[in-house]
Amino acid sequence: MTEPLLDIRGLQVAFGGFRALDGVDLTVGRGELRFLIGPNGAGKTTLIDVITGLTKPTAGTVRFEGQDLAGRREHEIVRLGVGRTFQTSVVFEELTVLENLDLAASFRRPLWSLLRRRRGVSEEVAAALETTGLAGLADSRAGVLSHGQRQWLEIGMLIVQRPRLLLLDEPVAGMSSGERERTGELLTEVARDHTVVVVEHDMDFLRRYASQVTVLHEGRVLTEGSVEQVRADPRVQEIYLGRAREGAEDAVR
Amino acid sequence: MTALTVSRRVLTGRWQGPAAFTAVAVLALVVAPLLLEPFRLGLLAKYLCYAIVALGIGLAWGQGGMLTLGQGVFFGLGGYAMGMYLKLNDAAGDLPDFMVWSGVEKLPALWKPFGNPVFALAMVVVLPVAVALLLGALVFRQRVRGAYFAILTQALAAALVILLVGQQGLTGGTNGLTNFFDFFGRDVAADETQRGLYLLVAAVLGALYLGARQLVRSRFGRLLLAVRDGEDRVRFLGYDPATVKTLTFAVSAGMAGIAGALFVPVVGIISPALLGVVPSLELVVAVAVGGRFALAGAVLGAVVMGYARTYFSEELPDAWLYLQGALFVLVMTLAPKGIAGLAAALVRRREARA
Repeated sequence: MTEPLLDIRGLQVAFGGFRALDGVDLTVGRGELRFLIGPNGAGKTTLIDVITGLTKPTAGTVRFEGQDLAGRREHEIVRLGVGRTFQTSVVFEELTVLENLDLAASFRRPLWSLLRRRRGVSEEVAAALETTGLAGLADSRAGVLSHGQRQWLEIGMLIVQRPRLLLLDEPVAGMSSGERERTGELLTEVARDHTVVVVEHDMDFLRRYASQVTVLHEGRVLTEGSVEQVRADPRVQEIYLGRAREGAEDAVR
Repeated sequence: MTALTVSRRVLTGRWQGPAAFTAVAVLALVVAPLLLEPFRLGLLAKYLCYAIVALGIGLAWGQGGMLTLGQGVFFGLGGYAMGMYLKLNDAAGDLPDFMVWSGVEKLPALWKPFGNPVFALAMVVVLPVAVALLLGALVFRQRVRGAYFAILTQALAAALVILLVGQQGLTGGTNGLTNFFDFFGRDVAADETQRGLYLLVAAVLGALYLGARQLVRSRFGRLLLAVRDGEDRVRFLGYDPATVKTLTFAVSAGMAGIAGALFVPVVGIISPALLGVVPSLELVVAVAVGGRFALAGAVLGAVVMGYARTYFSEELPDAWLYLQGALFVLVMTLAPKGIAGLAAALVRRREARA
């Protein structure tokens, strides 16, 4: 049996008395496209924060390609091959689209070699410009991009880093339907040769693009499986539809 | 192609920067020494020393987001290294004059190596860079930034002043190091020496400016901007922002050290009053007024504020402090990009109209 790419065992995170994660086990194999869903406060973003070193776990282990990630700093984890995006996109507004991508692509160069000016556009950066559909905006400052374009730029910045695991935190939140479509295509394309974990709220988006789904609820893994299996699970219906019904009642009142 | 279109082409586009730099260089290296009487040329040399510090502040603060309120520390380290050599050189084997007055009988061990000019000149850069690297490694790794970093650097400046004033016999106390006579075989006060020093300061400033500009335009410079605008995001690109900030801070410290060393023969003194909290702050104000986001703005700010200070101290000595404060407030509220920002906006408007 080959080793899984990401292996999480008994992960626990407590903020004061509140357990954001309470014994999460999660295994992601190479080449998978995994969706991580769950209601608000289920611990989805916290889980990603722990994997990327932003939050320290109170107990449990995160292994990436067999290496324990405990105690590693954020940039060291990135250098091992784990990349992520954030819910609110954080591209560098003062730099151009091209410079953003180039900066992301250059992180493995020795520091002294960064003292030279960029000459031309590297192949992978050019490819990322094409993939993300931002080639026409290469020399525009990232500050002028729309919300959707920023998210694509961020995904592009991830791709040029050639991570072995991509963690995307709500990539379609706040997007128009056209932008969602485009993001879905981008995602499918990226997932073809990367291992991707996507945190997503949007059920519609999930139905269209997800294959494997893990449902988190109150800091634990509720269930795992294909979209159909998960949708058929009464407990999942309970936490989603139950809440939806409460919400509907609130709206009626 | 007429001369007019050529000149227009030179003034816009990619030759604009080099053309402006050449013009300023000719002005500084040829025109100023011909036109200015020795006293005025000496003043300009002093401002250009401050401009070198300002260039470092522009790099650390404008490009890197590190508001350093203690550049006087590095200026002082460079200045004292140079001053110690000059004192020992003048004393020619005896004790420097102020030590005799303080009752010191034997040359302190700390002073001995500074009798060697090569060692002293090396220390001009090595000391500030080493202190900055140490401070940066301790502070930036712990993610101390913003106002906390600013206060820390300011405290460092205050601490250095107390240290220098307290060690009368070792440092000359409040008076600092002064009464220099010989500068590498020349009479330091002679007009000819001072003219040469002016040219040296101007050339060093020009060279450091070009170096800083290259740094800003390199990938490292892009990375520095990224660290300034989103330090946490930079971590997730696989870079360690602490390293980037520490190195940049060290470069700015090295510049301040060189400036301090040049300042000593030009002005003839280095003392705690020249490197404490107030002069450190004044230079930050000057950089803000000139425009901290452009290296040229930082340099311009130091020169303009230097002249303004001299003019108002001659004409309206009481008003200068208030004027300086008011100018700072005005710039920060109305034109946060300073003179350089206003100039750039003017150029853009003209281009838009054309």
